[in-house]
Amino acid sequence: MSTQQPVLQLQNLTRVHGSGATEVHALRGIDLAVYPGELVAVMGPSGSGKSTLLTIAGGLDTPSSGRVIVEDTDITTATVKQLAALRRRSIGYVFQDYNLIPALTAAENVALPRELDGTSARKARVEALAALEEMGLGHLADRFPDEMSGGQQQRVAIARALVGDRRLVLADEPTGALDSETGESVLALLRSRCDAGAAGVLVTHEPRFAAWADRVVFLRDGAIVDQTVRSEADSLLSGQVAEA
Amino acid sequence: MSIRHGLLALLERGPRYGSQLRTEFESRTGSTWPLNVGQVYTTLNRLERDGMVAQGGQDEAGHALYAITEAGLAELRTWFEKPVDRTSPARDELAIKLAMAVGAPCVDIRDVIQSQRRHTVKAMQDYTRLKAQALVAVESGGARERDDVAWLLVLEQLIFQTEAEARWLDHCEARLIRLSTTMPPASPSASAPASGSASRSASPSAADPAPAPAPAAPNPITTTPASTSGGTR
Ligand SMILES: Nc1ncnc2c1ncn2[C@@H]1O[C@H](COP(=O)(O)OP(=O)(O)O)[C@@H](O)[C@H]1O
Ligand SMILES: [Mg+2]
Repeated sequence: MSTQQPVLQLQNLTRVHGSGATEVHALRGIDLAVYPGELVAVMGPSGSGKSTLLTIAGGLDTPSSGRVIVEDTDITTATVKQLAALRRRSIGYVFQDYNLIPALTAAENVALPRELDGTSARKARVEALAALEEMGLGHLADRFPDEMSGGQQQRVAIARALVGDRRLVLADEPTGALDSETGESVLALLRSRCDAGAAGVLVTHEPRFAAWADRVVFLRDGAIVDQTVRSEADSLLSGQVAEA
Repeated sequence: MSIRHGLLALLERGPRYGSQLRTEFESRTGSTWPLNVGQVYTTLNRLERDGMVAQGGQDEAGHALYAITEAGLAELRTWFEKPVDRTSPARDELAIKLAMAVGAPCVDIRDVIQSQRRHTVKAMQDYTRLKAQALVAVESGGARERDDVAWLLVLEQLIFQTEAEARWLDHCEARLIRLSTTMPPASPSASAPASGSASRSASPSAADPAPAPAPAAPNPITTTPASTSGGTR
């Protein structure tokens, strides 16, 4: 894994909100590299900087200092145009509240980033339908967001984040509003996308969902204080139980 | 852990010999609680003594077979019907450790919590990986399906249990932070992290009930800059 080049690199990242008396150090020197095939979970209490980290990694916010490198592009120095292209092509972002466009159907929501990227409407629709199919939502392609349950909307949002083979998937509490069964299916999808070669960062405060990750990073007050890596080999359960 | 009842449950499906019972017990529970064949025979002997199983001939290969009796069946039914007792909890080392770490001079309770959290989350990662395999096995069906479902249930039990522990650890930490804002601050510490690089100071926890004379002393938990909200979710 480590012989490959990371899909995402955060280098000595800081983010200060406000100034003077109201200054908040949301991130204080974050270093993180995420490799192809890897799913990293970021855990930490509310206010520890999880969302700030993710929005900066996704090019939705700018760091106060440090570098963000996605594939080969340093997005802190990229032009607006380069950044927009990168966000359409390489980065999939899943928001906690889905952020679907209400006036568009599921398929249209998913096809939109592809069309914006210059794909023909027909081809974009074919891709969108395939992505929805992968989420088990093929039959809901022509529904509008308000005709779907929360879990279904979130899966549409994930299809939108994954369509067109994005190499980096960033998800901020994607399971936050879902029941535990649906939350689990969302995680299984993220996991399988990473198993297929994408790099993923999942922000969550739910240990059950974080446990799907290869690596769990613990954030406290804007700094990474600890991390855990799951066993590589098929560890024998009896071995672990004996140790526990 | 009831090996006794586990064996009775397997024998309900028909006569079996010792090492066969061991194999079936383990495939049911994914070898989570390994048995040795000695334990199986000791248990069978006791069950026989208590009239719950009886030896009944041999199979073609000459293995001595055991069969469940009426009394054994009654005992098995009672076991399934009766809830497992949770009102006299087993001694829990982690709960004891945290109880002792509150205000312990030699350690910061937050470090104890974090090191346990790391371990617990890692265990969850490993169980979850096994669970993903079990799910695939269950979905692909096949001859071992009943065993795979049983294994999946056991794994999920382990996941729920470790999850409860991880949540409890988060809760302990959040509560300590909340309490530290209402309790007298910890003994003044010149080395309290000013701009808290990871803020894992070895000074006594803010929950240390020892009276501290300097009310203006910075509280090692609450003065770390970015941590504004009180750790609630
Ligand atoms: N736009 C903003 N202006 C001022 N402070 C902010 C802003 N966004 C986030 N913060 C502060 O930065 C810190 C980290 O926030 P956030 O990244 O949202 O944490 P989390 O997602 O872990 O709950 C918090 O203290 C929060 O109040
Ligand atoms: Mg957040």
